[in-house]
Amino acid sequence: MGNSMTDQTLTSETQTPPKDQSDKKPGIIRVEGMHKWYGDFHVLKDLNLTVDQGERIVICGPSGSGKSTFIRCINRLEEHQQGKIIVDDVELTDDVRQIDTVRREVGMVFQHFNLFPHLTVLENCCLSPIWVRKTPRKEAEASAMEYLERVKIPDQANKFPGQLSGGQQQRVAIARALCMKPKIMLFDEPTSALDPEMIKEVLDVMIELAGSGMTMMCVTHEMGFAKTVADRVIFMDGGEIVEQAPPHEFFTNPQEARTQKFLQQILAH
Amino acid sequence: MKKQTIDTRPAGPKPWNDPRVRSLFFQAIAIAFVFWGGWVLVDNTLSNMESRGISTGFGFLNETAGFGIIMNLVPYDATMSYGRTFWVGLTNTLLVSAMGVVAATILGFIIGVARLSSNWLVAKMALVYIEVIRNIPLLLQIFFWYFAVLSNLPSPRQSVDVGGALFLNNRGLYLPEPLTQEGFGIVWGGILLAIAAVVGIRIWAKKRQLATGQIFPTFKVGVAILVVVPLVSYLVAGSPIEWDIPALKGFNFGGGITIIPELAALWIALSLYTASFIAEIVRSGILSVSKGQTEASKALGLPNGLTLRLVVIPQAMRVIIPPLTSQYLNLVKNSSLATAIGYPDLVAVFMGTTLNQTGQAVEVVAITMAVYLTISLLISLFMNIYNRAVAIKER
Repeated sequence: MGNSMTDQTLTSETQTPPKDQSDKKPGIIRVEGMHKWYGDFHVLKDLNLTVDQGERIVICGPSGSGKSTFIRCINRLEEHQQGKIIVDDVELTDDVRQIDTVRREVGMVFQHFNLFPHLTVLENCCLSPIWVRKTPRKEAEASAMEYLERVKIPDQANKFPGQLSGGQQQRVAIARALCMKPKIMLFDEPTSALDPEMIKEVLDVMIELAGSGMTMMCVTHEMGFAKTVADRVIFMDGGEIVEQAPPHEFFTNPQEARTQKFLQQILAH
Repeated sequence: MKKQTIDTRPAGPKPWNDPRVRSLFFQAIAIAFVFWGGWVLVDNTLSNMESRGISTGFGFLNETAGFGIIMNLVPYDATMSYGRTFWVGLTNTLLVSAMGVVAATILGFIIGVARLSSNWLVAKMALVYIEVIRNIPLLLQIFFWYFAVLSNLPSPRQSVDVGGALFLNNRGLYLPEPLTQEGFGIVWGGILLAIAAVVGIRIWAKKRQLATGQIFPTFKVGVAILVVVPLVSYLVAGSPIEWDIPALKGFNFGGGITIIPELAALWIALSLYTASFIAEIVRSGILSVSKGQTEASKALGLPNGLTLRLVVIPQAMRVIIPPLTSQYLNLVKNSSLATAIGYPDLVAVFMGTTLNQTGQAVEVVAITMAVYLTISLLISLFMNIYNRAVAIKER
């Protein structure tokens, strides 16, 4: 159960995976004064954020606060209208080549998995390595099998996504993103569409991934996950970053009234 | 069911309350009605024909037809039999249908994709095309092309002359006809060689991609080979083609190939009309692929073209194929509107003139209907086979 973690680890920080502090690139993601509008609606207001390599960021906030939109701007599934987003030294502009360059290095996992239903699990994983990275098929398949083993479903490799459970599909989606050997992984509410008994299997994979030093940005409501692996928790509301702090501080001593109210609501059950 | 040797189920209902007995009863009544209706039809027809002294049977197919047909793909003249008029009509129907299916498919896919273009002008032009063309009756469109456009072309003496070889007037489009001379076998050899080379390159390119990941520009190289090799072999063989160039003889042109205006009008109208429906089918097929699929593909770094080709189109096809089949069937059946402008298709030639001259209504109508049914079922069969190949496997 995903939420069971919430109660057990409220004050303990002991489960944090070991961090590797050596030669990490600072500012692999830099967001400077970024604004976004949907028509007249001001969705994102003056966001500023720097994420270092190997950092694990959890973004939380009430629905409609713009957290998904924000994370989707990082690989330009959404356009921003003002300010700068620089990912791995490449600025996201209208330039299609730069966008493709960024997307090659940034993996993304979606709420609704978005696996390709007409391809097998293995083909899902190999598609982009073969066509974008131009990896020989055998190599791509071997590497895909490694990642499928890492997410603990190598035996499903030749099935179609429609034949898998939600939790299995989401683990395939994670493996598919990892097959591109990305420098950054974005997670957009990866467990929100899952049945409770499947949330843990996906979170386990994500915790394992966090332990391997991957730079991660994760929009999630799993506060247990945030406490376990996050270096920083960011609270968004009304399109703004209201507060950011290490998880211990964030959960025990929130500074802003809006954060306090949000935490009360989600932790009070 | 319980694992017991004794049937412990409660006693069955009264027969008239048992759904199985009821359904059997009503099915028996329905079948009886169908047979009775069929028998009445046949009996009535036979007695009517007998009272009017009409002979039945297919012997008329061997009688001399005695009328001319303005276009024939199989050899024909007025001294041949009614059986031959059937083949002339059938081949003409198949010709315009095949031409229509190809043109409508290409045009429909282009317009369907254009309708979804992010370019405002392109999308709106596609929208206007679809809404105008699909909302005007097909017969009017055939008349439009035949009477308003093609009939207003100049007379043969004032023909539009393209390079002294190609002539366009109100009697049709006249093209030079290639007559193969001795030594053309070399050109055939060149063509076969080119095809074999392209197939070979395709296999090799695929193998190489599997082995090294390199992607070979198969399409461009293939087109180049298909053009260059036959051309070279043509020149090597000493240009073994003579052109039969149409020339004005008296009041009309002779020689060459003629595309009669009836065929052109019918083909244009059928293609444009069906394309507007196919465009909507293509659009709905592409839209049926969820936005998440495109996003996932883009997030993996696949550029737009590859996203469309590898992710969107394969999924859209399973939605497109069944209604596309219906449109092909419609096109074939709509081609019978040929009668209205005198294009000698199966209905015009066989169910028109042949029926009028012989009076063998039952036989002629039965044959014609059987032909359309056969064509339609064959199209359905092939499209279903294709559909099964692109279907998505689940569970």
